[in-house]
Amino acid sequence: MSLFKARVFVHLRPSVLDPAGEATRSATKRLGIDGVTQLRIGKSIELEIEAENRDDARSKIELMSDRLLANPVIEDWTLEFKDEQKALTS
Amino acid sequence: MNIGIIVFPGSNCDRDVRWATEGCLGISTSFLWHETTDLSGYDAIVIPGGFSYGDYLRCGAIARFAPVLNSLISFVDKGGKVLGICNGFQILTELGLLQGALTRNKNLHFICDRAKLSIESTKSSWMKNYKKHDSISLPIAHGEGRYQCSPDILKKLQDDDSVALKYADNPNGSINDIAGITNKKGNVLGMMPHPERACDDALGNIDGKSILSTLLS
Repeated sequence: MSLFKARVFVHLRPSVLDPAGEATRSATKRLGIDGVTQLRIGKSIELEIEAENRDDARSKIELMSDRLLANPVIEDWTLEFKDEQKALTS
Repeated sequence: MNIGIIVFPGSNCDRDVRWATEGCLGISTSFLWHETTDLSGYDAIVIPGGFSYGDYLRCGAIARFAPVLNSLISFVDKGGKVLGICNGFQILTELGLLQGALTRNKNLHFICDRAKLSIESTKSSWMKNYKKHDSISLPIAHGEGRYQCSPDILKKLQDDDSVALKYADNPNGSINDIAGITNKKGNVLGMMPHPERACDDALGNIDGKSILSTLLS
């Protein structure tokens, strides 16, 4: 078994209005920054998972992302692995 | 005849529902802790409003893995009636018993108000005391009540006559002013407004009474 570090980024689907993102975008103007035409907010979920190999880790995280971390009706997600950790002693 | 109210850590309208069903309507009602799996002996189940599991991650996202909800799926398959109010509606969509999802109100505010609603479908027995386009008023109290679904699902809801309630003056940006929907079969109703808060004459509005009274029909 190895330990894998990954990051799942969950964000609203492009067709879904993000009012919190819009409110934040309007605050950029108050900060004095012009020209921000798009700002959308997502969630970054960092996790460590024990798995046989990277494919095994990937399939577990995919299941988790589809069923728990994101709601596919309104959200999309992307997965990114960080450096692989050294093998766990068994 | 018995009504069960599912209680999660963080539910906060469970007692209001019981007051409405038992105190105002005289129907025998009991609480069901979320770890229960036995729903035998119940004729209808209510998932009340509140903030189940703190609404961490997304409203209803964690609650939907509660043991009681596995039993609820078979309860629904057998034709049992289930009403999800507010957080209960959010849980039913996360669980997949109802289509679509609920997300942050368009204006970002937690809205606590009275909403005028129009009865959009009388297909299911929930609205049998009303005629189509009847107007009622119910309290709303939510931060994430904006109903969203894909155009395909919206069409399906309309084709199946599953849009039960619409807002007269859309408070939260819900697609097509939707305030409540049923499943295709009609035995599951999810709604953001709170009928249990409009059942007692002392509160000056009893529009919720006729919806709750249909739990047992």
